[in-house]
Parts: sequence; C-alpha cells; structure tokens
Amino acid sequence: MRKGFLSVLATVALVAVASSAFAADAAPEVISTIAWAASLGMAIAAAGCGIAQGLAVKAACEGTARNPEASGKITVTMLIGLALIESLAIYALVVNLILLFANPFVG
Amino acid sequence: MAGNLHPIFIVEEVVKAIGLVGAHGQSLIPGQVLHAWVVMGVLIVLGILATKKLSLIPKGLQNFFELLIESLENFVVANMGEDGRKVFPVLATLFIFILFSNYEGLVPGLDAPTANINTTLAMAVFVFVYYQYWGFKLHGFHYIHHFTGPVPWLAPLIFPIEVIGHFARMLSLSLRLFGNIKGEEIVLVLLFMLAPVVSTVPIYFLFMLLKVIQALVFFMLSMLYLKGAFEEAH
Repeated sequence: MRKGFLSVLATVALVAVASSAFAADAAPEVISTIAWAASLGMAIAAAGCGIAQGLAVKAACEGTARNPEASGKITVTMLIGLALIESLAIYALVVNLILLFANPFVG
Repeated sequence: MAGNLHPIFIVEEVVKAIGLVGAHGQSLIPGQVLHAWVVMGVLIVLGILATKKLSLIPKGLQNFFELLIESLENFVVANMGEDGRKVFPVLATLFIFILFSNYEGLVPGLDAPTANINTTLAMAVFVFVYYQYWGFKLHGFHYIHHFTGPVPWLAPLIFPIEVIGHFARMLSLSLRLFGNIKGEEIVLVLLFMLAPVVSTVPIYFLFMLLKVIQALVFFMLSMLYLKGAFEEAH
C-alpha cells in the first residue's frame, strides 16, 4: 500500500519534471518582455482584486455584526460578490496564460 | 498545460488503444468531449440509481437529490418569482453538470471538461441564445425596448452599448468559468512540483469549495439574465 502510493507519486513527479521549457523558441528580448508583462499585469490585477474583495468582506462583516440573524444570506451574497470580483483577476490570468503558453506572436 | 507537461488521461488512452489516433499521436475525439461524456455517464447512472424505487419518504441517494433540487428551486423561485419554474430545469441542469465537471478535474487520471474554453464557451452561447429566445417569446418585438434605454431620443446611443454589453456577457461567463478551473488545475500541478503532499492537500479542499462557488456563480448569472429577459422593459 505504502510502496504503491510512493511509486505513484514518483511517476507523477517524473512525468511533471520531464518537460521542456515553454516559449523557448523566441528571441531573448521577447522572452524578457513577456516575463515583465505577465508578472506586472498579474500583480496589478491581484492588487485591484484584493482591495475590492477586502471592501466586500468588510461590508459583509459589518452587516453581520449589525444583524447576526441575517448572516446566512449575507454570507451567500458576499461569496457571490467575491466570485464576480475574482473573475476580473481571472481575465488578467487568462491573458497571461495566452502570452506564456499560446503566444500567437511567437513560434 | 504548464510547460510541456504531457499528463496521462485514462479516457484518451482508451480511445487511442481502440485505434482512433490522429496524425500526431493524439486521439481523434478531443479530450474535453471525452471527459464531458464521462460526466454525462456518471449523471445518468446516478439519476437511474436515485429513481429506481421512488418512495414518499426519501432516503439515501433520492434524499440527496431531492435536497439539492428543492433548495435550487426555492432559490430560483425566490429570485425570479413563479415564472422561474418554467426555466428551472435548464438552470438546475447547468449547475449540476458544471459542478460534476469541475469535480472531475480533481480525480487523478481524468480532467475537467470545463478546463477547456470550448465547453465553457458552448455553455455561455447556449445561455445567451436561451434568454434571448425567452425575451422574444414573451415580449415579441417589444423585446427591443430592453435595449433602448429609458428615453427614446437616447436610443441610438444606448442601443450599441447595450448590444455590446449583452455580447460581453457571453464572453465573461465563459472566461470566468474557464479561467478559474484552468487556473486551479495549474496551481495544483505547480504546487505538486514544489511540495508534493503538504501543500496540495489543503489546497485541494479549498479548490473543492471554489469549484462549487464557480458552478453557483454561473447558475446565478444565468438566472439573473433570464430574469432580465422576463421582466418588462422600462
């Protein structure tokens, strides 16, 4: 049982590590620009998303503190709002994934 | 996938073993279609099992499904009014399908069909066509008044903006679901490469919750768009 589990882990790790680099056939300056763009874009998106979700949680906490009986509905509304705000950061993530892994201008 | 990882998917290997192999060694039936079939199979089997011996006092699988459907229906009716019962089956199907598809990504050897932009875009286009259909069916030609805004002399300005907004709903629905599920997959794989068990097990449970929330958000946004198509224009 334990040996089987360890062998499965090792197999998956080997499959994961036996990968070549992505976007390796681009010129070095293109690679560095892609790296800058992806990291800065995702960082700014994450910052905006963090502030917005913080405001949402703040409002939910205050609403629950005011009216503990409504905490169920407030929590559901808060979770939905958080998911919608998160989707804006996800759009930035999708653009980064396209830049890194499916770049139409490279290769 | 991240890097040039070549994950091994059971269903694709089965199809390749049968012989449906394309030019580059990939299976001719795309991976997301196969995994969607797996979800469909699981749901059909669960449905048959749950309704084999319908009893007035439910227990077991029938109880679980009655709880799920009842809470979804109450939610839809509470938000949309009694008209919600007409569109409730479609919405509940969307929710259950997306939920099970997301969870399929967590099973080793299988992949989530919603981690592919094709599946999510297909569902988003369907939701778009569906609520436009209900709008035209209920209001006839006056459905255009949904897009023209509050005052008639602003209509030429507001109409293109509203149309673009409605098309953007398709895009946002599909991208939200796809980006979330694909991102969760990539995070799991990367964390697995960094610290195999210690970091992935807690993240696994967090992502189980997040996948439920994503299915819920898709379901709720579809319900809100349908509500917008049902109600009278201002």
